[in-house]
Amino acid sequence: MTINRKKMATKLFLHLILILVSISMIFPFLWMISTSLKSLDQVFLIPPIWIPKPLQWKNYLNAWNALPFGNAYLNSLKIALICVIGQLITCSMAAYALAKINFRGKNMIFIAFLATMMIPSQVTMIPTFILYKYIGWIDTHLPLTVPWVLFSAFGVFLIRQFILTLPKELDEAAIIDGANHFVIYTKIILPLIVPVLATLAIFTFMSSWNNFLGPLIYLNSPEKYTVPLLLAQFKGIYITDWTLLMAASTIAIVPVLIVYLLGQRYIIESIALTGIKS
Amino acid sequence: MSKKELKENLWGFGFIAPQLIGFLVFSLFPTVAAIILSFFEWDLVSKPKWVGTSNFKYIFFSGESDFPLALKNTVLYILYTIPAQLFLALVFAVILNNVGLKMLYRAIFFLPTITNSVAISLVWTWLLNGDFGIINTLLKSLGIEGPQWLTDPNLVMLSISLMSIWWGVGYYTTIFLAGLQSIPNVYYEAATIDGANAVQKFFRITLPMVSPTTFFVLIMSLINGFQVFDQIYIMTNGGPAKASMSLVFLIYQYGFKDFKMGWAAAVSMVMFAIILTITLVQFKFSNRWVYYER
Repeated sequence: MTINRKKMATKLFLHLILILVSISMIFPFLWMISTSLKSLDQVFLIPPIWIPKPLQWKNYLNAWNALPFGNAYLNSLKIALICVIGQLITCSMAAYALAKINFRGKNMIFIAFLATMMIPSQVTMIPTFILYKYIGWIDTHLPLTVPWVLFSAFGVFLIRQFILTLPKELDEAAIIDGANHFVIYTKIILPLIVPVLATLAIFTFMSSWNNFLGPLIYLNSPEKYTVPLLLAQFKGIYITDWTLLMAASTIAIVPVLIVYLLGQRYIIESIALTGIKS
Repeated sequence: MSKKELKENLWGFGFIAPQLIGFLVFSLFPTVAAIILSFFEWDLVSKPKWVGTSNFKYIFFSGESDFPLALKNTVLYILYTIPAQLFLALVFAVILNNVGLKMLYRAIFFLPTITNSVAISLVWTWLLNGDFGIINTLLKSLGIEGPQWLTDPNLVMLSISLMSIWWGVGYYTTIFLAGLQSIPNVYYEAATIDGANAVQKFFRITLPMVSPTTFFVLIMSLINGFQVFDQIYIMTNGGPAKASMSLVFLIYQYGFKDFKMGWAAAVSMVMFAIILTITLVQFKFSNRWVYYER
């Protein structure tokens, strides 16, 4: 009896900790939404109010109209989709080659790919900027898509590891039947690696969508801005209007929040997966 | 080479071609170029000028460069952020692994991680505002005079770290949780039969079994820590008085504001060397504390 009671008390205590942490995780978001619905003179009220009266929905309209958010959304979405689709294709092809085809220099290429994972992106940032300047890519979306599509050591590594866990008999039988690599890749391997492709898709989508430094360096024209860049510019204009800043932040976060709420189990599990695999 | 071998080679290079081209153009070439560039002086307009090691001498010893300060700030950030983040993430993961509603809590903890850095940084700038921010307002209601989080040079790195801990702890908790869940239950059952208590089980089973995850998380968080930029750009713009200027902020400043490509490349090379050294040292010593199941 006492053991049970002690166990109960421990459980309650642990839940209490988790609830407190949960509150601290959600608190900034709630405060953001609350502030976004206030009038300017309610912002600095002490004690602070959580539910302003009346709710200033027009803050959202003002924030939306002050800058071309719709356009930035489309840009971010376009860039992210190109990155995701492109990376799924090129990474899975390279991973297939590294896992299933015996060609010269394969091991060297694999090691070279792995080694690049230790190079911080800021090292290549300066020379690639110069390269893009000379080939006329500055102020286009190309630096934010082409390198992403064409190179991801992480993506290649992730998919290769996954392919290596598939039973060998599947493709060996196909080889005996005279199938070539294209057939094996498209008909046998691709359908089997859908889970890891989904993982990579989520990763790529999130890092492209949240990328800030890239657009900051490469883009100049406001009509080409992505969501994070537009939001950063917003800060510069409305430096003290916290209601508008918080409305704009909410606008920037809401789509990702919706995607997260719909697919959170999947998103979290794929991220946990990469932690174990590596 | 036989016809079959030739064919395999063609297939192999065909399949890997897009990524191989990407590797050469967007990784190998720029890395080599960065090394070369760090020995040149170049403003993108006039001709590049060979200056030997003077970029490195400038950033290290001139006394004019903000590099030592940026390095100090970045190391401070790492020291504030990583131990706390790792410790909290492990504790949260262990607790989550032992209670119900795991999915719900985990989803909430993970929430900050998915949101973009700019929006999150804006919100925290507002929360940490020294005069009107909700954190200081709450502290005041407890009778505590809150500090100037983002405008006090002695505090600014700590404030940014606090935000980063909040931002990233859910991510590492998730990875730890996955590591914990892969520990076979039989170990704990056997330990229970042998009469081990919870603390013994934690230190004798959990900690060693989760050490590969810890190792992975440690390396990743160090590499990420050295690259801190977005929060600083939005929350403080490197201030006050450069007190929150980080290495990447300095690279950005040199490269894209001052057009000193040589200095920027030199800073990036030093950062690369530090990350590489730390990672290699960690790998070297990992067999002393990382336990892999055989």
